[in-house]
Amino acid sequence: MGRFTEYSVIGRTLPTETTPEPKLYRMRIFAPNEVVAKSRYWYYLRQLKKAKKANGEIVAINVIHEKKPLKVKNFAIWLRYDSRSGTHNMVKEFRALSRAEAVEAMYQDMAARHRARFRNVQILRVAEIEKKDDIRRPYIKQLLEPGLKFPLPHRRTKSKAWYAANRPSTWA
Amino acid sequence: MGRWDTSRTQDLSASASASQQTGRTNVEWIHHIERTRRKPQVSSRNLDIIILQSTFKRFVEVGRVVLVNDGPSAGNLAVIVEIIDHNRALIDGPTTSVPRQAFPYRNLILTPYTLASLPRGAGNGVVKKAFEKSGVLEKWQASGWAKKLAARQQRKNASDFDRFQIHLAKKSRREDVRKAYIKEKKASA
Repeated sequence: MGRFTEYSVIGRTLPTETTPEPKLYRMRIFAPNEVVAKSRYWYYLRQLKKAKKANGEIVAINVIHEKKPLKVKNFAIWLRYDSRSGTHNMVKEFRALSRAEAVEAMYQDMAARHRARFRNVQILRVAEIEKKDDIRRPYIKQLLEPGLKFPLPHRRTKSKAWYAANRPSTWA
Repeated sequence: MGRWDTSRTQDLSASASASQQTGRTNVEWIHHIERTRRKPQVSSRNLDIIILQSTFKRFVEVGRVVLVNDGPSAGNLAVIVEIIDHNRALIDGPTTSVPRQAFPYRNLILTPYTLASLPRGAGNGVVKKAFEKSGVLEKWQASGWAKKLAARQQRKNASDFDRFQIHLAKKSRREDVRKAYIKEKKASA
């Protein structure tokens, strides 16, 4: 799955004589494009309500843009994930500039650590953690230390040429 | 942990012979060593000390001036405004036409300059003011590093005619040197 975008998808079942104005359902969905977003919408809706694509319609689909895309934020993502042997719930934390970016990092992380595919992961909630004390994971906490600094100990510079006359130096 | 264990057993084996002299039993020696041995602690407070003692001179930190090494703004200076994680930082270069963006350390080179006391996540205007006030750009342009980069760039952009002119200029310089040398030789002889 490519770069993620956050979509707001609104849909409903088709109006009938008994229910001329069916209830609208809105979801915030992270997907690489609109087609996948709509598909995921119907996947979740038919699990939650008695509705499916065959007798329903999408009323609106809009992109949700990040309000402050140049501010670094801490996000917590609650997710449900089907492993090879069962289903697990998880809370993961990410530091990113946008919700979509955090979700992308989450899918990469799930793929790396648990070999989980896109279809095996359901996002339950994505929320920004405003307060520093509410951060649970040490791997994010360590980045919030005041006066944080660290060296880059092993640099590998790439030679622009095909062959290099000398071994590259790797010190800072 | 293993390292500490071995040092302790070494001490213990040494203490077996020493216990006869000082009158300490093995158990007492264990307590003694437990009390006196240095505990390996890395807390945030002595992280600074470790950094001070290390040979590293340039650090990823808020206010560090970096050289962008890739992308559309390659070759320009920028400032680390905030550390995002162990791979990326938010950089900004208001006076050097580097837009505020997340950038991987992989494509940044740390320079020896820092903007001291730049607050974390400072806005565009604050960065601009601090950058101008520090005079980093002038220092950078006067540095051998920047001059070398500029020369390399100029050589890279030279056209065929430019290279021809350089060829002529070098030729005439060689000629001048040769003439001056002969003249000097004759004068001294």
